[in-house]
Parts: sequence; C-alpha cells; structure tokens
Amino acid sequence: MIDIHSTDTQRCERIRSNPKFLQLVSSRSRLAWSLSAAVLGTYYAFMLVVAFAPQWLHAPIAEHRMLTLGMPVGAAIIIFSWLLTGWYVYSANTRFDALGAAILEESK
Amino acid sequence: MTLLRKLLLAAAGLLPASVVLAAPALGAVEKQPLNLHAIGMFFVFVLGTLAITWWAARQTKSTSDFYTAGGGITGFQNGLAIAGDYMSAATLLGLSSLVFAKGYDGFIYTIGFFVGWPIITFLMAERLRNLGRYTFADIVSYRLDQNKVRIFAAFGSLTVVCCYLIVQMVGAGQLIKLLFGLDYPVAVVIVGALMLVYVIFGGMIATTWVQIIKAVLLLAGGTTLALMAMSQFGFSYETLADKAVQAHASGWNIMGPGSMLADPINTASMSLGLVFGIAGLPHILMRFFTVPNAKEARKSVFYATGFIGFFFLVVCTLGFAAMVIIGTDPQYYVNGEIGGTLMGGGNMVAMHLAKAVGGNLFFGFLSAVAFATILAVVSGLALAGASAISHDLYATVFKKGKASEKQEMRVTRMATVGLGIIAILLGILFEKMNVAFLVGLTFGIAASTNFPVLIMAMYWKGLTTKGAIIGGFAGLICALVLVILSPAVWVTVLGHAHAIFPYDHPALFSMPLAFLVIVVVSKLDRSVRADKERDAYADQFVRAQTGLGAASASAH
Repeated sequence: MIDIHSTDTQRCERIRSNPKFLQLVSSRSRLAWSLSAAVLGTYYAFMLVVAFAPQWLHAPIAEHRMLTLGMPVGAAIIIFSWLLTGWYVYSANTRFDALGAAILEESK
Repeated sequence: MTLLRKLLLAAAGLLPASVVLAAPALGAVEKQPLNLHAIGMFFVFVLGTLAITWWAARQTKSTSDFYTAGGGITGFQNGLAIAGDYMSAATLLGLSSLVFAKGYDGFIYTIGFFVGWPIITFLMAERLRNLGRYTFADIVSYRLDQNKVRIFAAFGSLTVVCCYLIVQMVGAGQLIKLLFGLDYPVAVVIVGALMLVYVIFGGMIATTWVQIIKAVLLLAGGTTLALMAMSQFGFSYETLADKAVQAHASGWNIMGPGSMLADPINTASMSLGLVFGIAGLPHILMRFFTVPNAKEARKSVFYATGFIGFFFLVVCTLGFAAMVIIGTDPQYYVNGEIGGTLMGGGNMVAMHLAKAVGGNLFFGFLSAVAFATILAVVSGLALAGASAISHDLYATVFKKGKASEKQEMRVTRMATVGLGIIAILLGILFEKMNVAFLVGLTFGIAASTNFPVLIMAMYWKGLTTKGAIIGGFAGLICALVLVILSPAVWVTVLGHAHAIFPYDHPALFSMPLAFLVIVVVSKLDRSVRADKERDAYADQFVRAQTGLGAASASAH
C-alpha cells in the first residue's frame, strides 16, 4: 500500500489528536477484549469442568430424565458466543461506525 | 474438510476405521457401483455453477474483480461463503461419525471448533478489511519492507495452499470413488478441471457463488436430514437420548464426557491449531476483502458464525440419531455384524443415515453436495495461491508495483493453471499415501507462521521486518520438524517404532515459539528502518480504527 502512505499523514495526525478518536479506540477495545474474554472464559471454564468434574455434565437435567446437563450447556455455549458476536457487530456497526464517520468528517 | 481431518487425527485409534478424507483407511475402500442419482444431481450442480461462471466472467474486468469480486459481495453472501469454507463434506461426515462413535465427547470437540469464530469477529474482521486489499500480505507489509515480507508471506501462503490442496484432492478422489463409483484418477481430474474453469474464468465472483450455493445446499441437506431423522423420535431429544443410550454399546457413558480427553496436551494442541490456523488460512483471510467495507466484514462473520453454530448442532443431532437408526441395523455393517465395521468405512454415518431416512434419492443428493463441497474449497484454495503468486510475488516484488492489470491477470491465470496441474498430479501421486500428516502440517503452519505475523502486524507497534520474518520462519520450521517427528510421519510414513514427538499437532509448541521469536528479534532490532516501522504504526492504527484510506468497492 505504498501509494497511500505519504498522502494522509497530516490527516492521521489530526485524527489522533481528536478526543473522539481516543473515545472510539478505548470503547471499542474495551468491548472487543471483554467479549473475547467472555467467550474464551466460558469455553475454558467448560473444558475445566470436562477435565476435572465431568460428573456435573453427566447429571440428568431432572430426575428420571435421560438428557444430561451437558447437552443444554454445550448448546448454550455455542448460542451464547454467537449472541455476543451479534452484540459486538451491532455496537460496531452503529455506535463505533457513527463515531468513526464523525471523526473522518472533522479531519477533512 | 478441516474439521474432519483434525478429528480424525485426534481420534486416531479411537475411530474404528479412520476416514474418508484422511485417507489411511481408504486404501481398503471398494469402488462402488455407479450411483446414478448422485451423478445426475451433481451434473445439475455443475451446469448451474458453470452458468454462474459464464456470468461472472462477464463481470470480471479488473484485478480487483478477479481477486476479491470487486469488494461487491454483501455481508450476508460473504457470511454464507465463509461458512461454506468452514463447513465441508468432512464436517458433515466426520463430526457426525465422531458423535456416532463417541457420543458427548464428539459434542465437546464440536464446541472447540466453534469458539474461534467469535474471536475472529471481535479482534480481526474489521482490521483485516480496513488494512488489506487482495492478500493478507497487504496487511503485514503495510509498514514493513514490502519485498521481504511479501516473499515470506507468499511462501507461507503457498506452503499452506499446496499441503491443503493435496489433502483435498486425495480426499476428493477417495470420496468420489466411494460415493459415485468413479475411478480415482477420473475423480481427481474432474475436480481439477472444474476448479480451473471456475477460477480462471470466473475469479472470485464465481468462486464465491459456488461456495454460497454449496453452503446453502449443505445447510438445507443437513437440516432436512436431521428433521427426517428426528421425526422418528417424535422430535423429542428426550426420546432420542433414551433410545440412543439403549442402542449404543457404551450405554449411559455417551451422555457425558468420557475417554477422548485422555490426552489433554494433544487435544489442546489440536484445538489451538484449529482455532488460530483458521485465522491464518489464506483462502479464509481473502474472504474478508470481498466485501465493500468493515461494516459488511463484521456482518459477514456474524452470519458465518450463526450458520456454523447451527450446522454443528444439526450435525451432533445426526450423530445421536444415527446411533439408533444405523447402529441397530445390520444392513449397514460389514457381514451384518452390529458394532463391527460400518459399510464403506467409519465415516459414512451421515450417508447411511440419509439412505435410511430419505431413500436413494436423498442419498444421491447428499453425495452430490459432498462433491460440490470439495470443489468449492479447492477453488478457493487455488485462487488464494494464485493471488499470492501474481499479486505478491509478480506485481509487487518482481515488477515493483508497476505491472499493468492485464499483465497481472495473465500471471494469475497462468498461476492458477500451474496450481491446478500440480494439484491433479500430486493428487494422483499421493493416492496410496497416508496424507493425514498434511493436515497437521497445514494447520500447524497456518497457526505458527501466517497467524502470529498477521496478528502482530495488526496489534503490536514494536513489530519490525526482521522480527516478522525470522519469527515466521521459526514457527514454520518448528511446525515442519515437529510434524516430521510426530507419529503421523515418523511412525506411519517412515516406519519407525516410536515417534520422537508424541503429538500429532505442533501448534501448542510452534505457535508460542513464533510469537516469542517475533518479540525478541523485533525488540533487539536497532536499525533505522526498524524505528521507522515502529513510527509508522501510529498511522496504520488510525486507518485500522477508522477505515481511512481503505480499499473501496469497484463501481458495478
């Protein structure tokens, strides 16, 4: 991308000094990293249970039932992490993009 | 494909007859009688995709159209295409077979294969789109030495693409022999020839649409199969669980975690390689450049994640349903011995289920979808490989960015033909070889070479050219050496008694090594060039965050 390196340096400088940019960066990275931590945290907590307390997942969901707790828990992990994906995409596509567009506009 | 092979490797020895695609057990696979339903339906698919290719060829005017469909794919379409790249015939066949054999353990694996996607959404999708244009080398070379980094990145991409192409071609030949009753070389040549037509004439537009159609067929086929199977249990998971426990040899054990996690290090290494390997596969990364902007890039991973999650749940349902429907029916076992070897090998569970609940016609449909799947993945791979050659090596390094679009397109097409011929020849050459090690190698290299360099280029100010290249090569060599010393090569291919490196997957060791070397070498790099590279991060960061200067969609 050699072509665009030189042209916009001053504009980048203006964007960096815009307080809105700092706000964008910090709110975006806070959300992205906390959601990543939530997904990985859930997954590794699940794996720890699998490794050290498998009987929890092997317990029937209610007395005299054949389905075990592990089934809904597993499905819930998949659905939960997908919903978090939706949360991030929604925030980014509305709030962050609007902020980003405003910053770009102001830097012209 | 990926999933299946990973699974198979992990489950080596656990699954009775390894796999359709990983090939070891396939040597024994009998050629089946011609399956006319399947061939007929596949023929319809080919005609449809060729029509699309013809249409796409008329849309493909510039290099940007060719490499990335001019950035004109919507988030939803791209989501389907990404999901299509990830959900393969092998996912359907391999995961359902794993659940069939192991119950809940198969489900645990499935979850592991899923969790990488949300992470890609949160941390990679928008930066990829904002900083890249045609290949992931665009991002890595953004502030580093263009020549060196592109040569390195093209090398990494091509290694991954070639290994993976061989695996796909061998899998295709075996699967088609099994499902369609065609000869192995015929099958390989058909796959190679169709791939060439799609890519050379239709570029990314055709490749994407082939992938979308296949993803829709696979989702529809899998869901229909699951609904038909569940209707036998009154659509009640409780009834299904009850009958599956009665039918399965392991009984109640299938309902909870069991034996498959006996080797946690191999499991951890495999899941690490899978999750981060995906984020280093050139044909997956390329998908992020086919959408018009970061907004659509994010949407596409959201849709892809939803489709993949849904499909995985469907596939697990199939595995449990098959325990009852297939597992108790002697006609699906060799010599009618229930619990013995399944007809056609351990991976045919979903196919048998299709026959059992949907008859020959539905079986034919699912076989055709499996074939279409391989074709779609192979096309994406060839396109990614060709763009590394033409865009990174030819246009940027060799011509110093002065190649005309025409020249670049011609080189891409020649490179595609070259890759196609290589893929066909190697596919035929490797027919009788155990190619399972290539799976470990593909994902090991993707996770330890492309991924660390890419993520550091996007997130770490301190990265320098030296650090990226030395670190990337350290990961590459480490992954390569560990795979050679692993049981899959050292014992199975080379015939030694014991493997020097006991695990099939190198990522747990080679990936951290790559990161470590990248950091240490970059920190020690005191050159003037390195200082400039660190300074340039500030502007790159602004662009990554705001999309300033990002490549835009072409006019049509």
